[in-house]
Amino acid sequence: MKAVALTLKHELIGLGGVVERNVYLTRRYIWWDLAFFLWTVANTLTIVFIAKGIEATGGEIDVDRATTTLLIGAVVWAYLGIIFEFITETVAWERWEGTIEYTFMAPLSRAMHLGGTGVFSVLYGLVRAVLLFAVVALFFDLALGGASFGAALVVLLVASVSFFGIGIMTAVLPLLSPEKGAQLGFVAQGLLLVVSGVYYPVSVLPAWMEWVSTISPATYALEGIRAAILDGAPLNSLWPQIWPLLVIGVASIPLGLWVFSLGERHAKRRGKLKRSG
Amino acid sequence: MTQTETSPTRARRDEGPPAVDVLDLRKDFRRRRKRAGAGGAALDGIRFTVERGECVAVLGQNGSGKSTLVRVLSTLLLADGGSARVFGHDVVADAKAVRRLVNRVSVEASFFKKLSAAENLHYAARFYGMTAGQTRGRIPEILGRVGFPPERRGEPMENLSRGMQQKVALARALLTSPVLLLLDEPTTGLDPRSKLEVQSFVREVRAAHDATILLCTHDLVEAEALADRVGILDRGRLLCLEPPAALRRRYAAETLEEAFFTATGREFEDERPQEEVTA
Repeated sequence: MKAVALTLKHELIGLGGVVERNVYLTRRYIWWDLAFFLWTVANTLTIVFIAKGIEATGGEIDVDRATTTLLIGAVVWAYLGIIFEFITETVAWERWEGTIEYTFMAPLSRAMHLGGTGVFSVLYGLVRAVLLFAVVALFFDLALGGASFGAALVVLLVASVSFFGIGIMTAVLPLLSPEKGAQLGFVAQGLLLVVSGVYYPVSVLPAWMEWVSTISPATYALEGIRAAILDGAPLNSLWPQIWPLLVIGVASIPLGLWVFSLGERHAKRRGKLKRSG
Repeated sequence: MTQTETSPTRARRDEGPPAVDVLDLRKDFRRRRKRAGAGGAALDGIRFTVERGECVAVLGQNGSGKSTLVRVLSTLLLADGGSARVFGHDVVADAKAVRRLVNRVSVEASFFKKLSAAENLHYAARFYGMTAGQTRGRIPEILGRVGFPPERRGEPMENLSRGMQQKVALARALLTSPVLLLLDEPTTGLDPRSKLEVQSFVREVRAAHDATILLCTHDLVEAEALADRVGILDRGRLLCLEPPAALRRRYAAETLEEAFFTATGREFEDERPQEEVTA
């Protein structure tokens, strides 16, 4: 029992080490992060202005509601991008710096190694998402007085578990293809959001895509967050969105770790952990 | 020729299993050749043991299989056949136990280059379960021991010379108190002074910590200066593993370089083409 406790302690210290490393790196690259944030703001604005554009060209829509719907979609897209980017970079960046072999030969379980990246990416992503929402909302005269931001945040946090699980699966891609693997993470992000109603209700999708949307955590995250912010839905009314997120989250993390272990084994067989020569 | 090479130093045998026990280890990166069973594998059925507290040097040209051996022993590469055990723990079945015992310094001092030496060491120590309280005093102490100037601890690694970076790499390896230290060409590319400093530190570590050292190098002088036994690894095959004097006698050579030439039939500087080794 004592040995188990000691092992758990070491594992948690290791997880903290990954978070610590990412804090150091974020501090060193803070101006680059600011530049990327400006890009994200610009990108989000180009999407959110579409609502006003439709009205200006004669379309009849509730502009405030459409603007907020698009804003939530864009913020969730950006948030998901950060989570996937961090986790995929766990491998890609370390391969580039050459530290990956030192990390993989440390006595730290892969779950805690990746978990540390997940914890940091969620914290960092939440800060970025809140700032992005606030900055873009300033460009529009949105009536958000009745919004239940706390409930929206809880839904996003619960969804993060599933996003992390799927992110682990994408993190294995740089092990399989050192040159192109990291970019494939964006493909996973795009596929996930296209079926999840990122800027439209899933009911507009073809039947087969609508079915796929039922197993995407982003569908429930977007539904729940929109209900909380647009309709002021309290947390206790969001159970229909939260329980599927919990189920997908519980399934996706072990699945992600299993997929990663297969990729790691492949890389260790083929000598792909580090490119030499 | 595949042979079993066992240390003549048997005094430590009673203390438990050898530090390293490699049996018929094979690794071939080329799938087609592997199926056909053709020669030219990175590791071609090597066998040897390293006793506790011993320092063994493995000599070989670039592409001879030295780094492959180090990667298998540090659980970073899965062998195609044979076995490797570190203090009795199988490197595949009991990888986590092996990782607690081993650390490594390789030819490239790999770090997050924007982070400082102290930052790189702090997070690396956490992976081995060391708390902030434990590393706060230990990191400055260990950096001091490798001769790293205290005033440069906060500088990004990218500002440091290659010799300085290699000192930090040594500090990183020693921070976790490994009982088996794998040194993969640790002084390649260093200036003569840095090379001597690193070598003297390796001696100190061995004396002070009773660590077992496996040194893979193509520096013959370094091998002779540091190792109890020297092995010649050629095209994935361990041709011999003996004390330097015995090796010279075996090949009727005056120097290790001559012994290497006689054993392999090639000059030491000849290099095996990289494409023959990796996929």
